[in-house]
Amino acid sequence: MMLETRKSNSHTITGSVRLIHDAGLHARPAVKLTKLAKKFQAQISIRAGESADWINAKSVAKVMAMRASRDSTIEIKASGEDAEAAVAAMVDLVARDFPDNTP
Amino acid sequence: MNLRADIAGPAYRGKTASGGFAHGPFVRLEGGATDGRSPGGPHDEVPALRDALAKASRQIAALAASAGIEAAQILEFQLELLDDEDFLEPVFTAVADGTAADAAWAMALDAQIADYNSAPDEYLRARSADLADLRDRVIRALRGGEAEGLSIPRGAIVCADDLPPSRFLEIDWSSGGGLALLQGSPTSHVAILARAHGVPMVVQLGVIAERAATALLDGDSAVLELDPTAGQVGRFERRRDRNGRDRASAAALLHRPTAAWGGHKINILINIQSAKDLEHPHAQYADGVGLMRTEFLLDGHAGLPDEEAQYRAYDAVLRWAGARPVTIRTFDAGGDKPIPGFTIDGEANPFLGVRGIRLCLARPEVFRVQLRALARAAVRGNLKVMFPMVTMPQELDAGRRIFVEAVAELQSEGIAAALPEVGMMVEVPAAALTIEGFEASFFSIGSNDLMQYLMACDRTNGSLGELIDPLHPALLELIGRTADYGRHAGISVSLCGEMAGNPGCIPALLSCGVREFSVSPSALARIKQTIDTLSRGDGCG
Repeated sequence: MMLETRKSNSHTITGSVRLIHDAGLHARPAVKLTKLAKKFQAQISIRAGESADWINAKSVAKVMAMRASRDSTIEIKASGEDAEAAVAAMVDLVARDFPDNTP
Repeated sequence: MNLRADIAGPAYRGKTASGGFAHGPFVRLEGGATDGRSPGGPHDEVPALRDALAKASRQIAALAASAGIEAAQILEFQLELLDDEDFLEPVFTAVADGTAADAAWAMALDAQIADYNSAPDEYLRARSADLADLRDRVIRALRGGEAEGLSIPRGAIVCADDLPPSRFLEIDWSSGGGLALLQGSPTSHVAILARAHGVPMVVQLGVIAERAATALLDGDSAVLELDPTAGQVGRFERRRDRNGRDRASAAALLHRPTAAWGGHKINILINIQSAKDLEHPHAQYADGVGLMRTEFLLDGHAGLPDEEAQYRAYDAVLRWAGARPVTIRTFDAGGDKPIPGFTIDGEANPFLGVRGIRLCLARPEVFRVQLRALARAAVRGNLKVMFPMVTMPQELDAGRRIFVEAVAELQSEGIAAALPEVGMMVEVPAAALTIEGFEASFFSIGSNDLMQYLMACDRTNGSLGELIDPLHPALLELIGRTADYGRHAGISVSLCGEMAGNPGCIPALLSCGVREFSVSPSALARIKQTIDTLSRGDGCG
């Protein structure tokens, strides 16, 4: 499993994590992901693979439309006050395969 | 609508999903139709859309609170979409530019639905039905003034391409009515709901006339007649009355002590989800409870149920039953019944995954709590406990071992407890084929899963049609094998799947040697009557 976060400049935090969910990024995990993203003030974008467009991680329609499949790498970037915590939480959610007891 | 008495209205034949008769206004539910609403200018339309979205959110949240976990997860996705600014922004922009709110909303949803439908991934395609549900709900809210239960008149024959369970539950069926689906399947979740609510339902009607004022729906013959003539109504009423008399005579039979067939006493028990199902007026005539499901205990929002809550639920049923036997099935989660915090998420094929006893053995800390509650209940009545999805003898043995430990533990704590009879469901073909190897006190054949695993058919998949045949010789072979072994070994064998409640299956099951059936309370009278008729020699060799 890839798991890293780094500061690319003073404002933007980035991270990446491999999607291990069996069925890819489907309704249940997508809902968990957007719900988590909305808990942060930061602007959070994600993309599945380097060539893909960045999309708003707080939009369930966009996250579903991404159709990320199993084993794809999800890149996360965030900017704003709580960007660091946001990226860490998002990476953790995906890395732990969207556990049900996520608060 | 013009009605000419001399021209018969069109009649269509489909498949029976739920029996019974309904005569009433015909209501065609359209996906995404926007007629019947006169839009205002942008100044009115923007707040109208905002209100409709809020109303839809409230309705969905209320449904999610009362729905099972599975349905709640689907509803969560709809709620999240209603709260998605990126998704809503272009809709509001279009409305502000002068597009009618319902048209803008329908366009946005239709684009999303088309996108999902074009996906190679079957899971995503299946989600498009949820989006259609959401699209229609908001459009209904926009039309305004409608009660939560839609604008469907009471007693109507509701016609739709297909109907999600959430829509079914919103309709008021208390004054009758029926459901006519152009697609759909007799084994879908909606069909199960229709049977439980006693709503006649016919599926797979194909292409029918778009409009009609009234309709007749005969669930028993699977016929829908639109704008019927007086003659058609007369014939329909005669069929309905004859059926009503049959039902009344069946109900009269209920009072007789037990059914018999060919000199054998036949026990008819009931399947229940919780003590609430015992309120059915016919429940009191059952020979006991043949299957009490316990998954409902897992549906609460407060996490997994504790020992005390479970004990109270089991004790309530035992008190109702008195001396009659009550068979409780341990948690049958997994497969199509995911439980957050219990089942294993993300299995590629959950029906062939860690479900039933496999899951309980994998999560002994959850299983032990249930077994402790059952051991305490065992001293209160005639309790039998069975494990679901047993495939190998060692699973039965492992489950019983934990049970024995739980009893010892309770007794050492000074709490009254006993080990009840421990049996198993026979629903995996491998178990039926090696039935001699299982040291069970009783067997209960779960014909739904047994058929599904034997025929490689998902029984909720309407397009499998003929392949879903409860009278297939392969299935009867496994049932007969299990019943034969039970008779020789002196172990009781019952059958608790949908087959037991289907009068057409009873002769074959009796011939296979099954002497005990467990059916829904609403099927009790009919099955008792079926056995009574067969015992008098009319219909069975």
